[in-house]
Amino acid sequence: MLLEIKNLHANIEGKEILKGIDLKVNAGEVHAIMGPNGSGKSTLAQVLAGKEEYEITQGEVIFKGKNLLELKPEDRAREGMFLAFQYPVEIPGVSNTNLLKTALNEKRKYIGEEELDAMEFLSLIKKRMKLVELDESLLRRSVNEGFSGGEKKRNEIFQMAVLEPLLGILDETDSGLDIDALRIVANGVNKLKSKDNATIVVTHYQRLLNYIVPDFVHVLYKGKIVKSGGKELALELEDKGYDWVKEDSPLVEN
Amino acid sequence: MNQSTEIKDWYLSEFKKFENSLNGESKLPIHQLRKEAIDNFSKLDFPNTKEEEWKYTNISPLLKYNFKPASGKGNVSSNQISKFLFDEMEKSLLVFVNGQFDEKLSKIKNLPDGVVAGSISNAIKEKSLVIEKHLGKYADYKDQIFTALSTAYTKDGAFIFVPDGKIIDDPIHVLFLTDSSEENILSQPRNLFVAGKNSQVTIIEHFVSLDESIYFTNSVTEIFADDNAVVNHIKLQEESKKAFHIGRMEIGQGRGSNFTSYAISLGGDISRNDFNSKFNEEGSECTLNGLFLIDGTQLFDVHTLIDHAKPHCNSHEHYKGILDDKSRGVFNGKVMVRQDAQKTNAFQENNNIILSDNALVNTKPQLEIFADDVKCSHGATIGQLDEDSMFYLKSRGIGEETARTILIHAFASDVVQTIKVEAIKNYIEEILTKRFNN
Repeated sequence: MLLEIKNLHANIEGKEILKGIDLKVNAGEVHAIMGPNGSGKSTLAQVLAGKEEYEITQGEVIFKGKNLLELKPEDRAREGMFLAFQYPVEIPGVSNTNLLKTALNEKRKYIGEEELDAMEFLSLIKKRMKLVELDESLLRRSVNEGFSGGEKKRNEIFQMAVLEPLLGILDETDSGLDIDALRIVANGVNKLKSKDNATIVVTHYQRLLNYIVPDFVHVLYKGKIVKSGGKELALELEDKGYDWVKEDSPLVEN
Repeated sequence: MNQSTEIKDWYLSEFKKFENSLNGESKLPIHQLRKEAIDNFSKLDFPNTKEEEWKYTNISPLLKYNFKPASGKGNVSSNQISKFLFDEMEKSLLVFVNGQFDEKLSKIKNLPDGVVAGSISNAIKEKSLVIEKHLGKYADYKDQIFTALSTAYTKDGAFIFVPDGKIIDDPIHVLFLTDSSEENILSQPRNLFVAGKNSQVTIIEHFVSLDESIYFTNSVTEIFADDNAVVNHIKLQEESKKAFHIGRMEIGQGRGSNFTSYAISLGGDISRNDFNSKFNEEGSECTLNGLFLIDGTQLFDVHTLIDHAKPHCNSHEHYKGILDDKSRGVFNGKVMVRQDAQKTNAFQENNNIILSDNALVNTKPQLEIFADDVKCSHGATIGQLDEDSMFYLKSRGIGEETARTILIHAFASDVVQTIKVEAIKNYIEEILTKRFNN
C-alpha cells in the first residue's frame, strides 16, 4: 500500500477541520475526493504535504511504510509526494528553472542518486514541458509571476512531470481552467500515470473526472468521508448535487 | 567635560601634530581649506540622537575611543591584499592602506591619454587645476562635523580624472585597506572623481580590513559628472565588524549626465552613509541603489538626498536591507523636487527583510515636491521571508536552508542583478549564498 490514512483529525487555530479521515491508496490507482466548499478537501491535501499551520490531533498517515506525519515537508516531497497547489505561489526573483533544478537535485541527493548536470537537466525539462504544452520562455521567468491562471496550473503539472512523484495530489487543479487548458492538464496527468504511482484528484466538480478517470470516488463532507464508490458516484453527485450528500449524512454533526 | 568635547579636543590636539608633519605641504593653498575646516570642526558638536538626522543612530560608542589619525601606510604585502581582488578586473587597481596611497601594491594599465588615476596627495602637490576647481566644493564641511574632520585632515585619497570624451572600459578598483593591528586607527581617505564631458568611467570603492579590529574610517568622496558624462560607481563596504564607518558621497551632475551608484554594505559595527546628488542642469539621471546585509549588533544607516533642482531629470533609488540577529537598519531617503524642476521623474523604494525577532528597521522615504508637472513615487516595506513561498519551495523537496537562501537571493535580486560589473555581481551572489547556506 502506498498511502494509508487512519482516523486523521486536524485543527487550524483551534477549529477542527478534519474529523476522522480514513483512506487507502494503492500504487496504480486514481482517487477522486469530492465535496462541497469548506468540507476539508484542501485541508487534507495541505496536511498531507506538511503545511505547518495545521495541528494534527489524532490519527496517523503511513506513506511507503513510513510515518508521514513525522517527516518534514521537504522530506515528504523527496519520498515522492507532490502537491499541485490550488493557488500556486508567485515567487519573484526565483526562476522556474532554478526552482526545478534545485528541487530535482535535492531529491536525487536524498535518494542517493547523482545530481543531474546542466545538459541532462535541460533535456529532461524540455521533454516534460511538451507534456503540458508550456512555452519554453516560461522557464526563465520567475515562478508563477505574471502567469495566467491556466499557465499556473499547467506549471504545477509540469513540475510534477519533472519530479515524478509516487503520489500526486491535485488540489482543485481544474478550478478556473477553460476546457482547452483542462484537457491539456488532464492529458499531462494521464501520461504520467503508471502502475507504480497514484494520484489523488481533489475537486469540487465532476468535469475534470471526464478526463482523468478515477478508480475510486470519495465524498468529503464536514471533515469526514461520508461516501465512497466507483467513478459512477461522481456522476450521481453531479446529477443530484451535494445537497443529496448533506441530507444523506445524518451522522455528521453540524 | 563630556565625552564628546573630550574627543573633540583629542582630534584638535592631534591636528597640531598632523600640521607639523606636513612640512612644506602646509604652504600649499589646500592648507587654507584644512585650517578653515578644523576651525569649523572646533565649533561643531558631534551629533546625538536628539537631532532628527541622527535620531536612530547613536554614535556614542565611536566617541569612546581616541582613534589615532593614521600617519603611515604600514607594510602590507601583495599577498595580504590578493583575497580582496576580483580576478577579471584588476587592470586598474589603486590601493590605499590606512588612507594612504600604496604605489607598490597599485597597478594602472592601459588608461587612455590624459586620464589620471592615483593619489590625491600627488595631485595636490602638483597644484592640479582640477583639484583647485573641485576639491571641497561639494561636500559641506561647514555644518557636517565628520566632513569637517575629513577636510581638516586632507592628505591622501583616490583621485581620478577623466578628460572630456575619454571612455575607460575597465572598472577602476580602489581598495581601502585598514591595518589597525597596532593601534586604533582613524583612516580618512579623501577622494575626488571628476569625469569630463562625454566621458565614461566605472569606479569601485572597496573598504576592507586586515583583521577584525576596532578602527574608524571617515571617508569623503566628491564626484563631479560633467555634461553627458557617465559615471558608474560601486561602494562595497566590507569593514571589520568592530569598525566604525562614516562615509559621505557628494555628487554634482552636469547637463545630460548619468550617475549610477550601488552601495553594498556588509561590515562595520556602526556605519553611517550620506549620499547626496544634485542635478545642476537639465536632462540628467541619477540612480542610487543599495543592499545592506547585517547581523549581530551591527547598525547600518543610510541617508540620501537627490536634489532635483532642474527640470527633465530622472532619479531612481532602491535600497534593500536584510537584517538578522539584533541588527539595526536606518533608511532615510529624501527626494527634493524644486519649483523649477518640471517633468521630473523620481522613483524611490526601500524594502527590508527581517530574519529574526530582534532586528529592527527605521525607514523614512521622503518626497518634497514644489513643482506641479512631475511623476514621483516612493514606498517602503518591512517584512519577513514569505511563509507561503517557503512552504511552496519545501513542498518541492527543497530543504529549509536552501529555501531561505533562494528567497533571500530573490529578494536581493532586483538590486544585485542590475549591477553592471559582472565580477561584483557574482561576488555578492556568492556572499549571499555563503551567508545563508551553513
